[in-house]
Amino acid sequence: MKKVIMGNHALSYGAMLARSQVIAAYPITPQTQVVELLSEMCADKTLDAKFIKVESEHSAMAACIGASVAGARTFTATSSQGLALMHEMLHWASGGRLPVVMGDINRSMGPGWSIWTDQNDSLSERDTGWMQYYCASNQEVLDTVIQAFKVSERLAIPSMVILDAFALSHTYEVVDIPDQAKVDAYLPPFRPQVRLTPDDPHAFGGLTSPEHYFELRYKLQKDMEKAPALIEETGREYEKMFGRYLGLVEDYLCEDADIILVTSGTAGYTARVAVDEMRKGGIKAGNLRIKVFRPFPFEHVRRIVKNAKKVAVVDRNISYGHHGMFFQEVKSALYGQDKSPPVFGFIAGLGGRDITPSTFKEIVDITLSKDKPEEEIIWIGVKR
Amino acid sequence: MKKPRTMKLSLPEEELVGSGNLACQGCGATLAMRYVLKALGQRTVLCIPACCWSVIDGPFPHSCLDVPVYHCAFETAASTASGVKAGLEMVGDTETTVVAWAGDGGTFDIGIQALSGAAERNDDIIYVCYDNEAYMNTGIQRSSATPFGAWTTTTPVKHFKNRPKKDIDAIMAAHRIPYIATASIAYAEDVYKKAKKAKDIQGTRFLHIYAPCPTGWKSRPEDSIRLARMVVQNSIFPLYEIENGEKYTLSIKVKDKKPIHDYLKLQGRFRHLTEDQIKFMQEEVDKNWARLLRKVESSD
Repeated sequence: MKKVIMGNHALSYGAMLARSQVIAAYPITPQTQVVELLSEMCADKTLDAKFIKVESEHSAMAACIGASVAGARTFTATSSQGLALMHEMLHWASGGRLPVVMGDINRSMGPGWSIWTDQNDSLSERDTGWMQYYCASNQEVLDTVIQAFKVSERLAIPSMVILDAFALSHTYEVVDIPDQAKVDAYLPPFRPQVRLTPDDPHAFGGLTSPEHYFELRYKLQKDMEKAPALIEETGREYEKMFGRYLGLVEDYLCEDADIILVTSGTAGYTARVAVDEMRKGGIKAGNLRIKVFRPFPFEHVRRIVKNAKKVAVVDRNISYGHHGMFFQEVKSALYGQDKSPPVFGFIAGLGGRDITPSTFKEIVDITLSKDKPEEEIIWIGVKR
Repeated sequence: MKKPRTMKLSLPEEELVGSGNLACQGCGATLAMRYVLKALGQRTVLCIPACCWSVIDGPFPHSCLDVPVYHCAFETAASTASGVKAGLEMVGDTETTVVAWAGDGGTFDIGIQALSGAAERNDDIIYVCYDNEAYMNTGIQRSSATPFGAWTTTTPVKHFKNRPKKDIDAIMAAHRIPYIATASIAYAEDVYKKAKKAKDIQGTRFLHIYAPCPTGWKSRPEDSIRLARMVVQNSIFPLYEIENGEKYTLSIKVKDKKPIHDYLKLQGRFRHLTEDQIKFMQEEVDKNWARLLRKVESSD
């Protein structure tokens, strides 16, 4: 069934179709519609789930953790300050190997108060052991929630499905909402290996000495390393059933490109428009949209950019005292490769400043005018 | 031959707390767990945040408890328990009793927001606070449950705690939850009875159990039960129940209320107090007791 829905509701429909059993959430702009619709679904029994209306995001994630360890499929959604408040519990979920799935609406961190988009909220959580999917359309949001549960439950690692504030969260698009029966066939019920039950009493997460802790973290990393192949496998399976492939990256006209724009989120689709325009003007541009940031798709990035003459990474985020975070990761992927093009790092669109096709045009002009980057960070559109 | 006569036991023999746990000698928190689990039985799950009990239970991969335990983050006992309850129900288990088991720091201080949230929603959990009146697990730092006058490592004798213990039970009563009870490990049958009663009530239930800590109080391990009895008999820690936030009932009617002097003298944490300071504390105890009696009387 096709419906015109907002990005936030795409998260809600994804959580509903995945048959989430426990939802615990706290409101924050611009996430509220996600949980409003889910509350309605729980109230009118469209969704057979318990909705715990907690008093903070910290408690939201704690309740999700409790529900997940009890064996229930668990969903929440938040944004920005709310995600930051959850930080401690993000480690608890991944360290406890609980496949919670969460929607995060990318919103800038205060102060000053900002409700508009950038990626510093979610990218500040990159080392918490969660998988991170950056979406570019409402369809992708819905599909990814369903896939994320499958991958998370297979690996016992939680997932964040991320979308830009307003540019996607409040933008209405046509979305194909799959049949419940088909989703059920794709995503079987959650059956964890062990769970918290008096039928088989265990202690979870107790004091762990240096004798054991190291190995637990090694195993988390080893399972995270299995994620890229599993995301592609489940993505192909999804394509067979629903006609849409869900991969780690999306490359657009990269094969013969002289310059590749590396992007994420909705900026990725804006970049496509810019690429089309530039191609018309004789510039062989391409766009690599990185969808999955954790685990980072090293192989894909290497393969796709290796024949380009130049790479321009556009970050809507910054690691203060270092660079844009996608820029860091792309450089790290190319380190030590026999042949790798110069990589330029751009910062654009912080705090919801628009990123438009002309932003990419400017980025390409700068990149083409220089043999190699002269500055560590090239700021686009900053008033100095 | 005549059958040997045996005493009728006042508590079930079954133990869900095993030997080989890591408690200190004379630990009140361990007895609190023993008595409560005797009442709740094996179909119980525990959510234990950072507190003495996260150590007492034993390190990974061990556990001294015959019930499942989820070790949760410090401030999340209540919210984790709410999640566990919802999760168990969604997988078809509506019978298991879900317990948040936290110390006073995890309850009065860092966990109070999550506790208040769960209580306001009236989530179907039992929240047990075993109260040893300071952060004992981290080495005896003051909490808002530390009484006036007490020494701790962060309230040295020159700057002993000069504010009263937070009245957590009144705070919980203000949430109008179905059941609140105070208990003391010296009155094992009373702890058992209250836990049993709590088990059969739906909604948020709050048990506040007085649990002496010889290590932190600088008292003798063999005095733990004595102190836990004296604190009731001198009305510093009266035993009572609150139903629906308004019906107050005394559990032990103290006829001959003892002065607090002897109780204080058994504990190194109060050794520095002058007679004047003890007199002031006595007045405060008397006022609190009178206030409680007024609540009990107005409930009749």
